[in-house]
Amino acid sequence: MRSVVVAAAVAALAFGVAQAQDGMRTGPTAPDLAEGKAVFAKWCAPCHAPNPGLAGTFALQHKYDGKVPAALENRTDLQPALVAYFVRNGVAWMPPFRPTEISDAQLAALNAYLTAPLDQRGAPAELLAEEMVQLRSEGQ
Amino acid sequence: MSVLPPDLDAAGFAAFLDDLRAVVGPDWVWSSDEDMHAYRDSFSPVWNTEEERHASAAVAPADVEQVSAVVRVARKHRVPLFPISTGKNFGYGGPSPNVNGSVVIDLKRMNRVLEVNEARAFALVEPGVSYFDLYRAIEERGLKLMLDCPDPGWGSPVGNSLERGVGYTMPHFRDHFGAHCGMEVVLPDGEVMRTGMGAMPGAQTWQEYPYGFGPDPSGLFAQGNFGIVTKMGFRLLPLPEYYRTCLITVPKRRDFVKLVEHVNYLNDSGLIGEVEYGSPLRAKMADPQVMALITKAGGVSDAELDAAAEAAGLPCWQVELQFLGPERATYENWTFARDRILGDIPGAQAIEGEHFALPASEHQLDTPQQPWPSAIKRRRSLGVPSLGEWKIVRDDGHIGFFPVLPRDGEAVFEMQRVLGDAMKAFPTLPPFFNALTTPLLWHTHTFQMVFAPSIKHDDPEHNAISHAAMKRCVEVAAEHGWGDYRASPIYQDAVADTYSFNNHALRRFHEQLKDAIDPDGIVAPGRGGIWPRRFRA
Ligand SMILES: Cc1cc2nc3c(=O)[nH]c(=O)nc-3n(C[C@H](O)[C@H](O)[C@H](O)COP(=O)(O)OP(=O)(O)OC[C@H]3O[C@@H](n4cnc5c(N)ncnc54)[C@H](O)[C@@H]3O)c2cc1C
Ligand code: HEC
Repeated sequence: MRSVVVAAAVAALAFGVAQAQDGMRTGPTAPDLAEGKAVFAKWCAPCHAPNPGLAGTFALQHKYDGKVPAALENRTDLQPALVAYFVRNGVAWMPPFRPTEISDAQLAALNAYLTAPLDQRGAPAELLAEEMVQLRSEGQ
Repeated sequence: MSVLPPDLDAAGFAAFLDDLRAVVGPDWVWSSDEDMHAYRDSFSPVWNTEEERHASAAVAPADVEQVSAVVRVARKHRVPLFPISTGKNFGYGGPSPNVNGSVVIDLKRMNRVLEVNEARAFALVEPGVSYFDLYRAIEERGLKLMLDCPDPGWGSPVGNSLERGVGYTMPHFRDHFGAHCGMEVVLPDGEVMRTGMGAMPGAQTWQEYPYGFGPDPSGLFAQGNFGIVTKMGFRLLPLPEYYRTCLITVPKRRDFVKLVEHVNYLNDSGLIGEVEYGSPLRAKMADPQVMALITKAGGVSDAELDAAAEAAGLPCWQVELQFLGPERATYENWTFARDRILGDIPGAQAIEGEHFALPASEHQLDTPQQPWPSAIKRRRSLGVPSLGEWKIVRDDGHIGFFPVLPRDGEAVFEMQRVLGDAMKAFPTLPPFFNALTTPLLWHTHTFQMVFAPSIKHDDPEHNAISHAAMKRCVEVAAEHGWGDYRASPIYQDAVADTYSFNNHALRRFHEQLKDAIDPDGIVAPGRGGIWPRRFRA
């Protein structure tokens, strides 16, 4: 009984955090996290950005049912070894990434970004199309 | 799981890897199980079975000189190489080779966009350049050009077009191999060759005139194993001024025949972009009676489907049309299409859809506002690469069979019935072929239909069903003259076997060529169903 209550409390807490963070975080990224964020933007955001229609975000929403944030960048429970394992081995319909795509050094930077305190991560990474559409409209 | 290259022992393999390291440096050769995991096909229906194909190592050259040197090393040790550009060929084998123990030559590091020419509308790229990369190169410079990309943006113009992959804009750009212009290839002896105008020193027209003079061998490098492509040119669309959409419905089953003729005319006249055929009746597939009808053995009659449509108050078919071009031209083309079809098919209706100037805003990309439930995928229709369509993947992945059939409504009905009946032997799979299955007009001038059973990493029984169904589907389709356009290594022999005119004259010709330039099978032996002498013996 007690563990159920604890689990529910943890879930409620996590859910509250998720509500507060999903898509809301703004501000700059700590300089030493910039490389990891760039790796995330290039290789992970296309499926894991905070958009419920994307494969990764959709699948993780389904998997955890809101108990942890569906968008990876908003998670505070990820461990570097675990992220590295998923990146190199894939999971379900997420294929693994080769060392020519994400080098070991880039993987370390990515891990640092995904496990840094939230207030250092800054605004979530943008999808390429968003970045480019903004660039075009600035250029006009 | 470790494997060795054919005819090589552990000591020979070690010596070979040392020679590779001498070419590319120690950081760019991998052979541990841990590293090789990412070179497996994670969408494989033979995952963790004897039939799965494993590479023994991977090597990543930095430039064309290193590619040549790697080929020479492989030739010396008689080791088959398997080239990949971006290696995202999921549904068709991923990065995995035809022959166990092959060494993947991973060209991802060669990722330079060598040229994008706005005024003459072409690009020249290296194999590791993804659609995302090329899109960025165009957008960052603000060039008035548009890409034609497949669903997943992480694949490459080179890898995708060498698989004869497809996209979603105007007819001549959707066929990615057809839209290439000029290539550079490292041949199985390490020699570097250029096709078309690239063969003429000083020519400025490599990406404008594909043929040069004499025979053009570039077709040999698509779905083939005659060389490793290191550069490739592509024709690009000038960024259209405007985008426009519409929906046309026709009431009766047999109206589909005329509808297809009209859409063929519009497509072949260059008036429309990619189309989405569909059936509004699919909205009723949850109704067991409708489901029973559309999956009935022997197919449905016109009267039966018309009655079901009438009962549902829905038309039998629809097509969504997309127009790209100057604003006034898209308007004229849409009213022309509407008048032509509505004037010929009684009861046909047309609805005007969203239209706007290009390039699209973020809002237009993300939140289509069609006045009907639309199957158009906005980003890919506008050549904006993404991974948004990854969500169509079911279970842990799928394998694809896309039989080619005539662009003719009667042929569509026949394929629905024949392959629908044949696949009843696999009742646990979804009814890919049923009386509402509509064709794809992806390649410029032909129809295809989709068969894409899923795979599950921890369910070998399910995978065995998908695997058996694939083989059966290829067989039955071929009995009716419908051929696969592309296949994963584990199916390439079976598919090549169906292209058997005159006692396999085409395959025998390819084998003669292969024996002449690559008898030891240094480049992708088995790819395209072509085996050199060494492996035929
Ligand atoms: C959800 C989903 C949607 C998809 N949608 C589409 C789609 O819309 N259109 C489409 O076409 N495909 C589609 N695919 C299939 C596939 O993902 C893409 O075609 C993808 O672009 C292929 O991978 P790639 O570009 O990385 O090519 P690679 O994997 O790099 O290459 C493919 C093959 O070509 C050969 N090859 C590659 N490079 C060379 C070279 N330099 N020299 C010689 N041979 C070479 C190799 O045999 C290699 O295995 C889809 C797949 C999925 C899962
Ligand atoms: C092609 C789409 C796609 C891409 C790109 C992608 N992922 Fe995923 N990812 C998924 C899907 C789908 C899942 C959920 C799988 C499941 O159902 O368990 C997932 C799950 C994960 C998980 C497991 C989380 C959990 O709690 O179960 C991690 C960690 C992860 N991804 C990290 C990454 C990282 C890091 C990147 C970039 C290097 C990345 N992914 C890129 C689709 C993708």
